[in-house]
Amino acid sequence: MAAGQDTAGHGRWDAGVIPYAQMGYYEPDYLPKDTDVLAAFRISPQPGVPPEEAGAAVAGESSTATWTVVWTDRLTAHEHYQAKCYRVDPVPGREGEYIAYIAYDIDLFEEGSIPNLTSSIIGNVFGFKALRALRLEDMRIPLAYVKTFQGPPHGIVMEREYLNKYGRPLLGATTKPKLGLSARNYGRVVYEALRGGLDFTKDDENINSQPFMRWRDRYLFTMEAVNRATERTGEIKGHYLNVTAATMEDMYERADFAKEIGSIIVMIDLTVGYTAMHSMSRWARSNGVILHLHRAGHGTYTRQKTHGVSFRVISKWCRLIGVDHIHAGTVVGKLEGDPSMVRGYYDTLREARIPANLSQGIYFDQDWGSMPGTMPVASGGIHAGQMHQLLGYLGEDVVLQFGGGTIGHPSGVAAGATANRVAAEVMIKARNEGRDFVREGGDILAAAARQCPELQVALDTWGDITFNYESTDTPDVIATPTS
Amino acid sequence: MRITQGTFSYLPDLTDDEISAQIQYAVDQGWAIAVEFTDDPHPRNALWEMWGLPMFDIADASAGLHEVTACRAAYPQHYIKVVAYDASLGRQTTALSFMVSRPAHEPGFRLDRQEAVDRRIRYTLHSYAADQPAGERYAGHGVSANGARGGA
Repeated sequence: MAAGQDTAGHGRWDAGVIPYAQMGYYEPDYLPKDTDVLAAFRISPQPGVPPEEAGAAVAGESSTATWTVVWTDRLTAHEHYQAKCYRVDPVPGREGEYIAYIAYDIDLFEEGSIPNLTSSIIGNVFGFKALRALRLEDMRIPLAYVKTFQGPPHGIVMEREYLNKYGRPLLGATTKPKLGLSARNYGRVVYEALRGGLDFTKDDENINSQPFMRWRDRYLFTMEAVNRATERTGEIKGHYLNVTAATMEDMYERADFAKEIGSIIVMIDLTVGYTAMHSMSRWARSNGVILHLHRAGHGTYTRQKTHGVSFRVISKWCRLIGVDHIHAGTVVGKLEGDPSMVRGYYDTLREARIPANLSQGIYFDQDWGSMPGTMPVASGGIHAGQMHQLLGYLGEDVVLQFGGGTIGHPSGVAAGATANRVAAEVMIKARNEGRDFVREGGDILAAAARQCPELQVALDTWGDITFNYESTDTPDVIATPTS
Repeated sequence: MRITQGTFSYLPDLTDDEISAQIQYAVDQGWAIAVEFTDDPHPRNALWEMWGLPMFDIADASAGLHEVTACRAAYPQHYIKVVAYDASLGRQTTALSFMVSRPAHEPGFRLDRQEAVDRRIRYTLHSYAADQPAGERYAGHGVSANGARGGA
């Protein structure tokens, strides 16, 4: 619609087109209720569109409005259902960009339904012509709405108790090459990685059931590998069997089979969609199987600063839906991840209460009540030589996943696994002893490597490999913090 | 074989000074310290025997190390671990758990396979030590030594 249009002489309910702001979608005096869903959108209005009108338009299109006045609004308590843009701030250093804060009454959303929430909040509005670009930066999910979800089927605490592994990051590896191995060879890689010292191995996101390896064959050889590694180490081991498939019926069939042959964990890809993820979460809770989520595809809408949905929002939706693991960035690896932004994702997934902190891209206080935490997974271009940085950035409630950094070890897959395990244990030990492990990390690893040739070879091979590219998604600190 | 349960099993066995440093870290976090032992190290044995009650209020690591030493003297051929427990809201779980003693000889496990239909296999982990009664495991070849008593 044409913003700024002269509406002189038109009342709120006259037929025709009036600015959204005048229809009640911009209310700068509105005080959000504790039960409101809040959203922070980064808006880039078209030239000539005032930011307040653009914010009101987003509020309108993501709640009750359409492009023109409709008399049928008057059949409802419309002020209750209208979303309200209550604040618009310019983004410092970013010409033409604004953060619009919008409040939605909780009655707009079906209980426990992420598809319903997202169909409103990121529905039509992202294609809106009055905006050049639109990004959902953050959401405050009110505790009243949080309580309509069960969240992760197990959560961080239960997963650790089940695995009998405490006080250190869990360690994993994605089987490589991603595609092409036969089931028997695949089992070999899994066995070597697990017996060498890893806790988990993983199907890659695009390993489902292709002609070179059908799912049932992979599952059987993989479980032989998992159980052999458990026998060799006396530790509980697991392999994320990817049950992603074309239909729910296929996914249930694969997940049921994985459970029957004793797998403690299955995985799904974000590409299956929110409804399928939620169904698998219910399945995982009912069947006592840990649920791992690979965020395949998220970079298409999370990475660019001005358009899309921030990964911290995706993290919140996934914690509500309920996954036990989610890939959330490495900082130091090969994939996008500004340190402070990644910290914001990790806190969002793990903590019970997260205060607003614009330097981490967190716009609102978030209270999860007693919902369990989701274990973040760091995967993509990481290796043993970075262990001090990984522990410093990511903490210990994390799965560190070294694919190439295990399987590419010159002395073999098991040696690569041992190098990673020794590096993780020695770094936790040093941290607990009060050492400045981030600064002294290189020395700590070098000393450990003198007693562990596998670690020495890993450091010689990858010690100085880094991926120093500028992040595209960085925080814009706004002078006035959220009230 | 070497059972690699616990936070530091891939490192050389911790010295008493190193054990003290880890206990001190746990005490500084406000965690309770417990000593537990077993002669049934199956990875799903969640109930190792308690060496007394958890120590909730110790000021430093020395009391913890004292109990480790006493437990070792009583059970020289058992697995012994130090468990740090975090009772804070939202955790209420073990925060750190590491082995401080293990038998001189660890025979490990046998993997039993029951071949079922459709190529399925039902796996069971069998501890060789558990072939002997509690208290008579890990002491030479099934013969109790050192007067060790299990089970508590």
